[in-house]
Amino acid sequence: MTKQKKTMNLNFGPQHPAAHGVLRLILELDGELVEKVDPHIGLLHRGTEKLIEHKTYTQALPYFDRLDYVAPMNQEHAFALSAEKLLKIEVPIRAQYLRVIFCEIGRILSHLLNVTTQALDVGALTPSLWGFEEREILMTFYERASGSRLHANYFRTGGVHQDIPKNLLDDIGKFCEKFPKTLDDLENLLTDNRIFKQRNVQIGVVTKEDALAHSFSGVMLRGSGVAWDLRKSQPYECYKNLDFKIPVGKNGDCYDRYLCRIEEMRESVKIIKQCLKQIPSGPVKTIDGKISPPRKKDLKQSMEALIHHFKLFTEGYRVPKGEVYSAVEAPKGEFGVYLISDGSNKPYRCKIRAPGFSHLQAMDFLIKGHMLADVPAVLGSLDIVFGEVDR
Amino acid sequence: MKLTDLNKVLNSELTTKIKSSLIENEELLLKIDVNDLNSVILFLKSNNKCKFRQLIDIVAADFPNEEKRFKIYYLLLSHENNLRIKISVNFNIDEKIPSITKIFPSANWMEREVFDMYGIKFKNHPDLRRILTDYNFKGFPLRKDFPLTGFNEVRYSEKDKKIIYEPVKLEQNYRDFDFDSPWEGTKYMKEIKQKSKDD
Repeated sequence: MTKQKKTMNLNFGPQHPAAHGVLRLILELDGELVEKVDPHIGLLHRGTEKLIEHKTYTQALPYFDRLDYVAPMNQEHAFALSAEKLLKIEVPIRAQYLRVIFCEIGRILSHLLNVTTQALDVGALTPSLWGFEEREILMTFYERASGSRLHANYFRTGGVHQDIPKNLLDDIGKFCEKFPKTLDDLENLLTDNRIFKQRNVQIGVVTKEDALAHSFSGVMLRGSGVAWDLRKSQPYECYKNLDFKIPVGKNGDCYDRYLCRIEEMRESVKIIKQCLKQIPSGPVKTIDGKISPPRKKDLKQSMEALIHHFKLFTEGYRVPKGEVYSAVEAPKGEFGVYLISDGSNKPYRCKIRAPGFSHLQAMDFLIKGHMLADVPAVLGSLDIVFGEVDR
Repeated sequence: MKLTDLNKVLNSELTTKIKSSLIENEELLLKIDVNDLNSVILFLKSNNKCKFRQLIDIVAADFPNEEKRFKIYYLLLSHENNLRIKISVNFNIDEKIPSITKIFPSANWMEREVFDMYGIKFKNHPDLRRILTDYNFKGFPLRKDFPLTGFNEVRYSEKDKKIIYEPVKLEQNYRDFDFDSPWEGTKYMKEIKQKSKDD
């Protein structure tokens, strides 16, 4: 007598702590083995792309904070770069360094959250408590620069909103001295931990070819041994003046991706330290009055400044006709913006390329044949944030 | 290899399949016919000089005033050459676009998203369902004739004890400002002026 195979369907989420937000996975199980996964996304869809088409360029920027809300400024960066590419304007050196500093802080913010919550998913509680303490400090830096802990709205086309307050750079420097110690502590808890390794080594293996075919980017690609980082290969801002390494994995499993993220945080600290040494003084946004608003002080004295101020905050600036794609190496991978402008003050079309979208798409391919308990481990190492996947 | 070299290589290899190619803002855009889509993308992926082995994204856009309403851009990336390329096709809504899921498996969700947002249908797509919008959603939100506020809103009905859909009711209409220079007059004035200029 042949045994008949019975599969069971299981709903994972949309309310599940390991789903990292609102993800609904429909799992087809044969006993404890996963046969098929069908991710249902879109539960956090807010129509960002449609909204941006109805907003001026200045008003569109805050929407990018709300995509990957774990590392807001990295997203803003992509949009600012694409608008600058169409406007053909240069960003002052000081603004470039400020942007890089805050993007690297964003990278640490994101990786800290991912590494520690992934540990939480596989059963380790303490790392997340330690990690969140550091995130709190980093978010204070965000707050001191932009006035807001999460939705910064700090970058502008042609620079950043305003110069940072006194002592902020010193405090960031102090943080950079202390932070590697915290990373060591985290690694002490996780890297050689038997349980952590049992849950992650040889789980969710991706080969080089598969990573390319599934449009992986960022750590997902580097964990599989492809040395590709936009900061090195297609450098933007002042990344070409900075010295840093790109950590690359060997086996392409969850454990290698974890190691890559830890190493990237160390590299980010190095980058920030170099930026603090090199950062010059000077303007923090383009001096073109048609694009960046005048200083408050000038409003009282200069008629021209008043007109510029009025025009910029009602109509905004007009961006020349054209189409550009610009991408940044966000913590989760290649985050890109495809901008189509029709020459008016609003984007005609703004397509957001979120790295998490392609990563989550490969879920079925990654998890097939694994056990049910591996689902949270793989999901955690994909580094999914639903703000950017659903847009 | 530089972008200009790539342009030359492509023009000599693909010849008639390329309708036009131009380099703008340091980006290469190839315009091709819908029927050549699969062969061109396969060529770009497998050719030894090109090696565009990664599909970055599929971008659709709606131009209601143009003869062919929709446009799809395929963004490809080559790690070996460190180059990017954009391929665009123009077509009307009644046309079906060949799916490239056979060449790039990651095109699956990207094409689903395009279908969801614009109602563009793909030939030979394994699983063309809506992806980002709600279950049972109607309409195609990113088309230019879809209003920003949408058609239906959702709320929990205490009476029926379930979530219900109702037509959108707004306290205040959505306001859209005309930012063109007041010295040129309102829209209809401009149209009259433009007419007299053309004559």
